[in-house]
Parts: sequence; C-alpha cells; structure tokens
Amino acid sequence: MKVVVDMDKCQDHGQCAFAAPEVFLIDPGTSKLVVLQDEPDEAFRDQVEEAADVCPVQAITIED
Amino acid sequence: MQRVVVVGAGMGGLRAAEAVRKAGYSDELVLAGAETHMPYNRPPLSKEVLATEVEHEKVAFPLRAVLGDVQWRLGAAASGLDLGAASVTLADGGQLDYDGLVIATGLRPRRLDLSGPPPTPQAGRHAVRTLDDAAALRKDLQPGARVVVLGAGFIGCEVAATARLLGCDVVCVAIDPYPMVRPLGRVLGAEMQRRHEAKGVQFRLGTGIVAFHGDDHVTGVELSEGTVVPADVVVEAISSHCNTEWLAGSGIDISDGVLCDNTLRAVRGDGGPVEGVHVVGDLARFPNPLFDDVPRRVEHWNIPTETGKRVGPALAGYLRGEGYDAAVDTPFAPLPAFWSDQYDIRLQSYGALGLADEDGIEILEGDITDEVVVGYRRGDVLVGVAGLGMLPRVNSYRAVIGHSWPET
Repeated sequence: MKVVVDMDKCQDHGQCAFAAPEVFLIDPGTSKLVVLQDEPDEAFRDQVEEAADVCPVQAITIED
Repeated sequence: MQRVVVVGAGMGGLRAAEAVRKAGYSDELVLAGAETHMPYNRPPLSKEVLATEVEHEKVAFPLRAVLGDVQWRLGAAASGLDLGAASVTLADGGQLDYDGLVIATGLRPRRLDLSGPPPTPQAGRHAVRTLDDAAALRKDLQPGARVVVLGAGFIGCEVAATARLLGCDVVCVAIDPYPMVRPLGRVLGAEMQRRHEAKGVQFRLGTGIVAFHGDDHVTGVELSEGTVVPADVVVEAISSHCNTEWLAGSGIDISDGVLCDNTLRAVRGDGGPVEGVHVVGDLARFPNPLFDDVPRRVEHWNIPTETGKRVGPALAGYLRGEGYDAAVDTPFAPLPAFWSDQYDIRLQSYGALGLADEDGIEILEGDITDEVVVGYRRGDVLVGVAGLGMLPRVNSYRAVIGHSWPET
C-alpha cells in the first residue's frame, strides 16, 4: 500500500492526523502536514482509508 | 442473489456503497442518482470552482476498487418507493426491486418563489448545489458585475467572498441580524461581518426580499424595507429543501428529512423502524447520544461519510440474516465537523453549536479580531467549538466535546 498526498490540494486541515496518527502528522511548529510513512503496513489500511475519506480537499489516495 | 439499491449518488451514497461492500456484502449493488456526474466533492463549488474553470475529474471522489462492479444509474432520479413491494420507481419509468435500500437523496437549494404578476425574471439568477450550477454562475461572475447574494449562511458568505476576490461588487441580503448567526452565534457572526466589510462586501441585514426586478434578466432585488438593490447577478443561498418527495406516501416519516433510529433505519410515521431501509447524509434525522436523544439532521460535510460507514455494516449484517443486535449494541455518536474558507480565513468547528444556551457562547482562547477559539456551552457541557485560525488549538477540543465545560 502506497500513500500519495497531492500537496497542491492539501490545505493542512489535519483531519488525516486524527484518523491515522502513525501515518500523518501536523507538525506542531509549522502546522504543516508531514507524511510519516509513505508505504505503511497493511495493518494501517483501515486507518489510511479513513484518513482519505475525511480529507476535506480529498488530497489523499491509496495506491496498491 | 440479493440486491442493494442506493438512491442518491453523492458523497453519502458513495460512502454507504463502499461500506456495505467492505462489510462483506458481495451481491448486486446499484447506485442511482439524479445528476449525470459520478460522485464529487461539493465544498469547492462555492470557492475554487467559481474562481477558475475546474473539471469534474478534479473534484470527483476517487473510485475504490471495492466498487468495481457497481451498476451506475446516473441521470435517473427516483420518483416513488413502495415498502410493501420493496421497490423503487425511477422518474424514467424504471423499477428497482431491492433487498436493502439506502436513502441518500440529500438537499437542493430553496429558490425564492415571489409570485407575480408580473412574471419574475429568470436569467441572471443562480443557486449553488451542483457542479453544473457552479459552472453557470462562474460565467456571470465578471469583474465589476453587481452581485446580490441572498442569504448569509456559509454558502452565501463563501460565494460573497469568492465574488469579491473576482472583482465583483457584492451586496449580501439576509433576514438574519448577522452573517452565519444561526450556526455560529452573534460573537463570530459580527466579527465575520466586520471582516467581509473590510473586503468590500456590503450587507443588508434584517430584511426580507419582496420582488425581483427585470424582464427576462434580473436587474434588481426589492427589499421589504422598500429599497431596490441593483443586480446583474443574483445568488439564492437562502436555505434548502429535502429531496424526499419520492418518499411521500411510503409510510416513512418525512416531516423533516427522514426520521431514523440510531442504527439509521428509516422510521415509519407510526414510530416503527423499517428493516433493511437506511438513511445517510443531510437527510438523516437521527439521535446522537453525544448530545441527547433528540433526532436532528446535520448538514455538515463529515456526516455523509459518518452515516455511510454506520449503514454499511448494519445493512450487510441484516442481509446476512443476523438482524440488528450488533449495530444496536454499538451506539452511533459522530462528532459533527465543518470548516469554511472565506478570503484567507479558515473557520473550523466541531460539535453542535446550535445547541448552546443563549448566553453560552464564550471566547476560550485568542483574540476575536485576530485568531480565536470560541466555545459553545449548554448547561455545564461543552457542545461545540469554533475557531478562526488557531487550527491546532481548535482541534485540541475534539475529544472533550459532549463533556464538562473546560476550566480556563
């Protein structure tokens, strides 16, 4: 599973970081999105799908 | 072979379809929608899609592999439901029998019906709900155009902001005393009015609209106070109608949206839930135990997804013959969430702000004229927060909404 974030779309809403905290982080200093794992383990699939679903600008896609 | 029919191909219908598949349902799945477009994300319609030409593919939801074998019936509005026969009638005459049904037909903008004579002009009048609506409005938002926005809710204010950024002259007319006052209350409403006015938007508040002026093309809007506001473009963002006409006579309670129980089963007028018939999105009027046991509709962006994910496993379990016990044992208590972008202002909110006591709105952190977090209290319970900027701070309250008011 590969996580792709379209950084042109991303507006740092941070909803993904609540859905999948091991994969997405809003940097407390810059308030910008940091992707912690580009290719997370299958165990994170539900969380990452949730993160993609709750992204207000739909910037997250999952490539298998 | 069983068949699940999802009526409404917006975000709620899409999420419900994904969730029922993910929960193991593998038989026939039909998604029918009135629009001809595949499901797409609506928030950009009052912002990016008005500002620049944006194609459907830029706002379309990515289609998951799990929906590879869905039968799409687009451009096919539903016209009737027969619960006894378990059958949906489509406006094109088609008939869809179902074993499980998801009601996801959402809302449409309320258009002003100001009766003549003379007949009211049509050209130059817009509403914003669909991609086609937004594309039509974009053509009229030319620099210097006189734009009158009717309604000062989120959509009205977002359209006003976008039109100002495009160089239009903008007047916003509303019956409310402040913009966005019903969702946000007076404190944030007044501040947002100040910020819009600083960008050049004029407000005519506390007034109704009695007539459109113009023959074929609208030339002005007559207010109840007697003045006429000249207009080249009018955007009607007053409120919404529930798309429930197709359910009339079915026996389901459609007095406001579609009444549901906490498993999102539709409820009959006699109070009994309908097994196998579920409701998602803006239409779903459900009790949320995060707050209380009163069923309410929630027109926030995260609710179609939350309700869709609730319905998927419940409906799949029902179709396997397992009944609803597992779903009933897992209460559904989603945290409502919304945001709004106006100019460079990010407004973010969680909870049910409308439940706050009249004197229950207080600044929790920050400065109202800059960045701020506002709390909404009912009794001694924090029912919601809203912030201008300060996103990490706003987000920090998510877990405490529905609990005691924070000591500051």
